[in-house]
Amino acid sequence: MHVPDGFLDAPTSVATGVVAATAVAVSLRGARRELDDRTAPMAGLVATFVFAAQMINFPVGAGTSGHLMGGALAAVLVGPWTAVLCLSVVLTVQALLMADGGITAIGTNITLIGIVTVAVGWGVFVLLRRVLPKTVAMVAPAAAIAAFVSVPAAALVFTGLFAVGGNVPVDLGAVVTAMLGWHTVIGIGEAVVTGMVIASVVSARPDLVHGARPLLAERELLTRKVQVT
Amino acid sequence: MTNRRFFAIALLVSLLVAGVASYYASAHPDGLEYVAEQTGFIDSAEDSPTSESPLADYQTSGVDDARISGGVAGVVGVVVMLVLSTGLFWVVRRREPADSDA
Repeated sequence: MHVPDGFLDAPTSVATGVVAATAVAVSLRGARRELDDRTAPMAGLVATFVFAAQMINFPVGAGTSGHLMGGALAAVLVGPWTAVLCLSVVLTVQALLMADGGITAIGTNITLIGIVTVAVGWGVFVLLRRVLPKTVAMVAPAAAIAAFVSVPAAALVFTGLFAVGGNVPVDLGAVVTAMLGWHTVIGIGEAVVTGMVIASVVSARPDLVHGARPLLAERELLTRKVQVT
Repeated sequence: MTNRRFFAIALLVSLLVAGVASYYASAHPDGLEYVAEQTGFIDSAEDSPTSESPLADYQTSGVDDARISGGVAGVVGVVVMLVLSTGLFWVVRRREPADSDA
């Protein structure tokens, strides 16, 4: 979903640039609460892993492919504010070093892949955590569902941006249908990768999973109560 | 599992994914490119100003072997990512009380 230069006009690119810069500034403040001596190296590795995983395009049929976006994955692992920063570093390095995604489009790509997938992914995850059983075992399935939803959400926002500032007048109905259709299929891949990675980390080091922490605290409390009684 | 061991495994996985597995990635256009081709706005895409970068398109310029060319680009990318992001998060992190004394 890396947007190249030229798809969107200058005003739209400037607007997404402002949105991205604001989100990064706010996230720099928010991430302070999520990062300490132990989780800061974890966050660095999550950003690095997302970069690596984004190199793996998987085929989704009809000559199309997709790759992990990683917003939901990063949000569940290191928290939403830190996740926005993780994805922003990934997208900036990709654009500057690998020519993957445009330069005037950096703001657009941070908005879509760094903000929308993190916000939607984290939102869906927190919602599921509220309604599902309060066990650590639900973290990976909930993260997978959150990841699945985050991909068509980003596709929808791209279509919205294209409707406002697309440089070529094309049939928007066709664009929205195709974008949603393909990215729903890519979302399945996103869900599988996210679910597997989260399940591995939860089984090895549940304490390093930001989204699992309230559940671990609850388990601790329960254990103490049982011990007291 | 100790922190050190966990982080070492995570880094190794990232290096293998970017340096080795990436060779087997699908070369088909991604969802957005494909939709742009189908609905007729792919031609508005412009070459990135960084398209002459020595690592553009995840290939190392001057290295002919596709496996090595992509592998080197992936490994360099992973190292750059690790240094930049860990550095950023280390600066942003909340200082432990013990640190503030120093």
